[in-house]
Amino acid sequence: MKAAAFAYARATSVVNALELLAAHGDKAKVLSGGQSLMPAMNLRLLSPDILVDIGGLAELRGIAVRGDLLAIGALTRHVDLLHSPEVALHAPLLRDAVAQVAHPAIRNRGTIGGSLAHADPASELPACVVALDATIVVRGPLGERRIAATAFFNGIYDTALAPDELLVAVEVPVAGHGSAFFFHEYARRHGDYALVGLAARAVVAGDRFAELRLGFFAVGDRPLLAAAANRLINVSVTPALLAEATTALADELDPQEDQQASPAMRRHLAAVLLRRCVAALLARPELGVTS
Amino acid sequence: MTVTRAPAGLSVLDRPNSYIGKTVPRPNLDRLLQGRGQYVSDLELPRMAHVVFLRSPYAHARIGAIDADAAKRMPGVISIVTGRELERVITPWVGVLSHLKGLKSAPQHAIAVDKVCWQGEAVAAIVATSRAAAEDAMEHIAVDYEELGAVTDMRTALDSATPVIHASLGDNLAFERTLNAGDVDHAFSESEVVEADFVFGRHTGVTLEPRAVVADWNAAEARLTIYQGTQAPHMVQNIAALHLGLKEAQVRVVCKDVGGSFGIKVHIYADEMATYALSKLLRRPVKFVADRVESFNTDIHARDHRCRGRIGVKPDGTITAFEIDDLTGIGPYSMYPRTSAIEANQVVNLVGGPYVALNYRARARVVFQNKNVMCQYRAVGHPIACSVTEGLVDLAAAKIGMDPVEIRRRNLIADDAYPCASPSGMKFEQLSHHVSLAKLLQMMDYDALRAEQAALRARNIYRGIGIASFIEVTNPSAAFYGVGGAKISSQDGVAVRLDAQGSVICQTSITEQGQGSESLTAQIVGSVLGVSMDRVRVTLGDTDNTPYGGGTWASRGAGIGGEAALQAAKVLRRNILDVAAAILQSTPAGLDIVNNSIVNAGDGAPRMELNELARIVYFRPDTLPPGIQPELMATRHFVPRQYPFAFTNGVQASWLEVDTETGFVTLLKHWVVEDCGTIINPQLVDEQIRGGVVQGLGAALFEKCIYDERGQLTNANMADYLVPMSGEMPDIEIGHVVSPTQETELGAKGAGEAGTAGAAAAVANAVNDALRPFGATITEIPLTPQVILTALGRI
Ligand SMILES: Cc1cc2nc3c(=O)[nH]c(=O)nc-3n(C[C@H](O)[C@H](O)[C@H](O)COP(=O)(O)OP(=O)(O)OC[C@H]3O[C@@H](n4cnc5c(N)ncnc54)[C@H](O)[C@@H]3O)c2cc1C
Repeated sequence: MKAAAFAYARATSVVNALELLAAHGDKAKVLSGGQSLMPAMNLRLLSPDILVDIGGLAELRGIAVRGDLLAIGALTRHVDLLHSPEVALHAPLLRDAVAQVAHPAIRNRGTIGGSLAHADPASELPACVVALDATIVVRGPLGERRIAATAFFNGIYDTALAPDELLVAVEVPVAGHGSAFFFHEYARRHGDYALVGLAARAVVAGDRFAELRLGFFAVGDRPLLAAAANRLINVSVTPALLAEATTALADELDPQEDQQASPAMRRHLAAVLLRRCVAALLARPELGVTS
Repeated sequence: MTVTRAPAGLSVLDRPNSYIGKTVPRPNLDRLLQGRGQYVSDLELPRMAHVVFLRSPYAHARIGAIDADAAKRMPGVISIVTGRELERVITPWVGVLSHLKGLKSAPQHAIAVDKVCWQGEAVAAIVATSRAAAEDAMEHIAVDYEELGAVTDMRTALDSATPVIHASLGDNLAFERTLNAGDVDHAFSESEVVEADFVFGRHTGVTLEPRAVVADWNAAEARLTIYQGTQAPHMVQNIAALHLGLKEAQVRVVCKDVGGSFGIKVHIYADEMATYALSKLLRRPVKFVADRVESFNTDIHARDHRCRGRIGVKPDGTITAFEIDDLTGIGPYSMYPRTSAIEANQVVNLVGGPYVALNYRARARVVFQNKNVMCQYRAVGHPIACSVTEGLVDLAAAKIGMDPVEIRRRNLIADDAYPCASPSGMKFEQLSHHVSLAKLLQMMDYDALRAEQAALRARNIYRGIGIASFIEVTNPSAAFYGVGGAKISSQDGVAVRLDAQGSVICQTSITEQGQGSESLTAQIVGSVLGVSMDRVRVTLGDTDNTPYGGGTWASRGAGIGGEAALQAAKVLRRNILDVAAAILQSTPAGLDIVNNSIVNAGDGAPRMELNELARIVYFRPDTLPPGIQPELMATRHFVPRQYPFAFTNGVQASWLEVDTETGFVTLLKHWVVEDCGTIINPQLVDEQIRGGVVQGLGAALFEKCIYDERGQLTNANMADYLVPMSGEMPDIEIGHVVSPTQETELGAKGAGEAGTAGAAAAVANAVNDALRPFGATITEIPLTPQVILTALGRI
C-alpha cells in the first residue's frame, strides 16, 4: 500500500499553481488536505505524475464577511469551520455538518475546497453548499468563474471544474432573519460517510415555511436539492401534505445500492429525514412520527 | 469492579505485601507509552530486503504462465519467486489433526502452485530493497489465469452440481461431527418445540499492527532467526524447522512486542512460511508486513456459520432438550496446524452448556469454499454456541410467556451440583451460574429497568434488555491439540533466578500481546518471593531464552503460565531461605522474605537484605558453611492433568434502544459478571472483559466480511469493514464471582474470551426484546439497520 512514484511541486502563488496545472494538464493533481487524495494514491487507484501542493497559499485560507456574503477560502480546514464564530453566526449549517465529517485528525487537515472538488456524493459539505445556495469561485487560465453550487456537481467525483482550474473560495449568503437550519445524517458509526443525510435551510414565518431548501446527500450521484420542498412552502403543513411531499421526494431520488443500504432503504431513510426535519424546523414533533 | 470472594485459607499468595488481587500498573507501560516498544514492523536489519506478494484477483483459477521479465528489470528488485521455485525450499502442509476424526484437507503451498483457491492467495513473491519498489515491480508481472467456478455459498457446497475444490478429496466436506445424548425425540414429543435459523456474519479480528515477520537465515551458522509477532513462538519454531528441513535447534523465534493478536496470530500463514523460505533461498534477512488490504484478504476469518436450532420447553419453564444443525464454510484449506474444524467442534461442545437439560443432539458440517481461510479467533465457537443457546432460551421463554430471567433461574445448573458434566461430555469443576445471575440482576437493577422499558414504550421508545449466560473454555490441556498430534505444547515453564544484587530475573514461555502476561508473571513471582515488583524482570518470547511452552492463547497464560511461575518462585524462595538459615544460623521455617529482606518469621524483624545474601552467595561462597551449594535459580513447568479444560462461566446483559423507523441500534449499557477463579490483577481482567465485549459487539452490529457470488471480498478496507469504535460503545460494567480451580495452587482460570463469548447473544436478545411489540424476531448478526428495517417490514 505505497503510492507509485510521483513528482511534487509546492505552489508559491495561485498564479504559479495555475501555471503548473496548465503545464501538466490532467497528469497533475491538486493537493490540499490530502485526506481523500492520499488514500486513493496509496491504494494506487490514482497515480498522478505530479502533485501541485497548494497548502502554502495563505491567500486561499480564511473566513470573512463581505456585505451579505460569507466568503470561505478553499484551504479553510474542516476544524476551522467547526470553531469559526463567523460560521456559527452566519452559516451554522456548515458547523453542524462538519462536526459529522470524519474524525478530528482528518478534520485538522481536510479542507472545504478539497471536499467540494472531490465531490463524493455521500459528503456533507457539497449538500450544505447546495442547500445554502452558495457560489463556488473558481480560477483558471482565463480568469475567474463563479458557479452556482446547484450547477457545480455533475456526478460521482465529477464537477464543473476543469483540470487546469483551481477552486479558490465559496461564498455563502449570510443567514437572514427567521432563518432556521437542520442537519442530520444516518451513518453506521460516528464519522462514517452517511447512508443518507439532509442539510436544510429554511425561513420560517409564523407556522409556515417562507423558504425551504432541502439538500439531500448519499441519495444519488450528487447532492440533491429536493423539489419536493416546494410543496411545503407558504402552506400550513398537515400530515397529509407531508406524506404527499414524502412520496414526491421518493420519485426524485436515484439512490445507489451498496453494502450498507439498498435503494429502498435509502428512500425510506430519506423520507424519515424529511419528516423529522419538517417536524424540527416547525417545532411540531407530531409530524416526525410515521402515521 | 465489585468482587464477591469466597473466604479462602491462608495460602502461599496471601502474604504480606502480596500483589495478588491488586491493580498494579503493567511493568511494560512506560516502554510502550514512550514509543520504545519493539514491534517487528519497525525492525531493520543490515541487508534486509522486503517482500510483497502478488495475490490472485480470482477466487478460483488455474495459473498459466507467469511473466516476470519486465518486473525483474525494475529498479530495486532482488528476486521474483513463484510457487514452483519456492517449493524446492519449503514443503507443503496439510492442516489436519487425528483427534478430529475424518477431517481432511489438501496440501497447501507457501505460494500457490498451479491453482489459486481464494482471492488473495499469493501467486508470486517480489523481493526488493523497499516495499514501494516491490509494489512498483509487481504492477509489471503478467499472469495468465483461467478462471474456474467458485464455490461461495456454504449451503450448496455439498451439492453434486457444485465444483469440487480439491479433486483429490472427492467432495467439499472437510469435517462432520454428530452427537446424540439422551433422548431428544422423546423430550421434544413432550414439550413445546421452538425452532430458529441463526446466521452469523463472517468476520475477522482486526489487529492494530498487521502480521509482521522478519526472517534472517544466517548461512554461516546454518541457523534461521525468525522475528515475528506470534502468540506461540515454539510452535512457529517447530513448523518452520519441519518444512524447511531443519532441526528445531536451527531455528530461533523471537517475539518482542505485538500490536494485538486475538487469535489471529496463533496460526501459520502461507506468506509467513514463504518469507522464512525466501530468507533461506536468498541468504539474507527478508521482511514481510501485511498491509491492510492483505490483512483483510489473508488474516484468518471466523464465525461464518448457519445454525438451525431447536429447543424443547415445558409450560413450567423446564428446558427438555437442545438440537442443532450447524454448517460452516472455512475457505479452501483447513488452517495449519490447529485446523479449521475446531470452531464447529466447539459449537457442538458448548451449546446448552450452562443448563441442566441432558437431551442434546447435534450435527456440525464444515465445508470448503473459495474464500479466505477461517480458523480460531478470540472465543472460538463460543459466540456461535452462546447466541444459539441463549437465542433459543429467549424464544422458549417468549413461547410460554415467562420472563427471560425466570427461565434461566429454573434451568441453569445449580451452584452446588458440581463437579458434573454436560451432555457433550464437558467436565465442570465448579461454576457459579446462579450467584453470577443474581449479581448481574442487582448490578443492572433489573426490575427498575423493566419498569423504565414499559414506561418508554408508551411513548414509542423501544428499548430492550438481553441476557446471556455462557461458559468459557480456558486452561486447555493436551486434549486440545497435543492428542491430535500437533506439536503445540500445552505445558508452560518458568525459570526464576536471583541476581547478584537481589533482583529477580524471570523467563517464561507464555507470551505478551497486550494481555498483561509480563505483569501477572511479575506479580506472582514478586508476591511468592516477597520481592517488590520493581525488582522483577520478565523475559518472554524467545525460544533461545525461555523454557519450552505453549505461549498465550485460549486463555491459558494466567492459569498455566501463572501456576508455573508460582511453583518456580516457591522453589527459589525455599532455596533462598535454606541459604539464609545457614548464614544466619537459623532455620528456614524460622525465616521469611518480606519486602526484599530476610526477616524473622515470628516477629518480622529484618535480618538481612536480599542483596547481601546474593553478595555472599555469588562472591563470598567461601564464608558459607561446608556442604552448602546454593541454587538461586529454579525452574518449574505446569500443565493441567485433572480437567481437560478449566471451564469458567458468567452472564452478560445488554440495554439498548432501537429506532424502529431507521433500524439503528443505540447501545446504552452493558453488564458482565464473570468467574475466572483467582483474580491476579483486577484491572487486567476487566480490560480483557471489556476488550472482549467490544469485539463481541462488533460482531453483533458491525463487522462482516462481505463476499460477492464470485468470491470477491468487497469490503477489504477500514472504511467499508466496520470495526467497533468507542463512539458507539456503551459503558461496560463488570462484576466478579470467584470460584478458584482446585487443580492449581494459584486457582486462576482464564478470562480472555468471556467478553466475546456472550456479548452478541445479549445484544441480539435485547434487540428482539425491543422489537417484541412488532412481532419481529431476528436471529442474524450483524444486526444492521438494513436487517432490522427488513424484519420490521419497513422496506
Ligand atoms: C477516514 C476518513 C473519513 C472521512 N470521512 C468523511 C466524511 O464523513 N465526510 C466527508 O465529507 N469527508 C470525509 N473524508 C474526506 C475528508 O473530508 C477530506 O478532507 C475531503 O474529502 C477532501 O479534502 P482535502 O482537503 O483533504 O482534499 P485532497 O485530498 O487534498 O484532495 C481531494 C481532491 O480534490 C482535489 N482538490 C483539492 N483541492 C482543490 C482545489 N482547491 N481546487 C481544485 N481541486 C482540488 C484534489 O486534486 C483531489 O482530487 C474522510 C476522510 C478519511 C481519511
